[in-house]
Amino acid sequence: MNCTDLLSHLSDYFDDQLTIELREEISEHTAGCQHCRVVLNTTHQTIEVYKGNEIYEVSPGLRERLHSAIMAKCLAVKKQA
Amino acid sequence: MPAIQSPATEEVHPDVALVARAKEGDTAAFEQLVRQYERQIFRVAQHITQNREDAEDITQDAFLKAYEKLEQFQGNSKFSTWLVRIAVNESLMRLRKRKTSKTVSMDEDVQTDEGSIPRDFAEWRPNPEQQYNQAELAEILRKTIQGLPPGFRTVFTLRDVENLSTEETAEALGLSVPAVKSRLLRARLQLRERLSRYFRQKQEGQPA
Repeated sequence: MNCTDLLSHLSDYFDDQLTIELREEISEHTAGCQHCRVVLNTTHQTIEVYKGNEIYEVSPGLRERLHSAIMAKCLAVKKQA
Repeated sequence: MPAIQSPATEEVHPDVALVARAKEGDTAAFEQLVRQYERQIFRVAQHITQNREDAEDITQDAFLKAYEKLEQFQGNSKFSTWLVRIAVNESLMRLRKRKTSKTVSMDEDVQTDEGSIPRDFAEWRPNPEQQYNQAELAEILRKTIQGLPPGFRTVFTLRDVENLSTEETAEALGLSVPAVKSRLLRARLQLRERLSRYFRQKQEGQPA
């Protein structure tokens, strides 16, 4: 496996879609290639940092306002029907 | 009670019963679905449009549309995927209206390879969470994802932020599975490259 091959398997690697053989090939490659090791680690961190931090917080006030507005619109449609 | 079961799924999702009740006119059942998904739909809309007011409008419109078209929902996909699809379409429409000069479409193949070939090879040390407080980190993550083309941003949001499967993401976006995979890889790599500017380990002698 070379660096380009590794890159093409990267998403499947994180999504656990690779065969054991391919995973082993990736491990072997990254053991000897520092650049790919960094790309693998930091791409993993990229995914994790977005998963772990809610960047658009929905405050209870906003949620309540949204919820009331949604239900009011739907009930208005129901009444018309 | 009639069980509406999609032939593709073996286990019946709890939403199926709620949708069936909602179709029969049970408003409380529909309201429960709203409660379950309103935050997710809002987040998806805000990620795509990057605008809070738009996201509020889109969330309301998406649920209203779902309510009006509930009869057309056949249960071939999950209710939540169907709902996300409505919200994505509303969001992209909103973006198109805003940017009159630029086409915004999920079909648009973003040809640029910018950021798809890794250039930054520094480890992130210490961890992003150790380098920045929560508010600073959220700001960096917001700014960074804003810079992605909408097509990439949307795929990343559904797949990695909202945890939809690749197949569900494809369904919600009207894309093929290979197209989702290709966009997702490029989105992840571009985000990694951009985040490296903030999180990369500082070289010795370089001011932090």
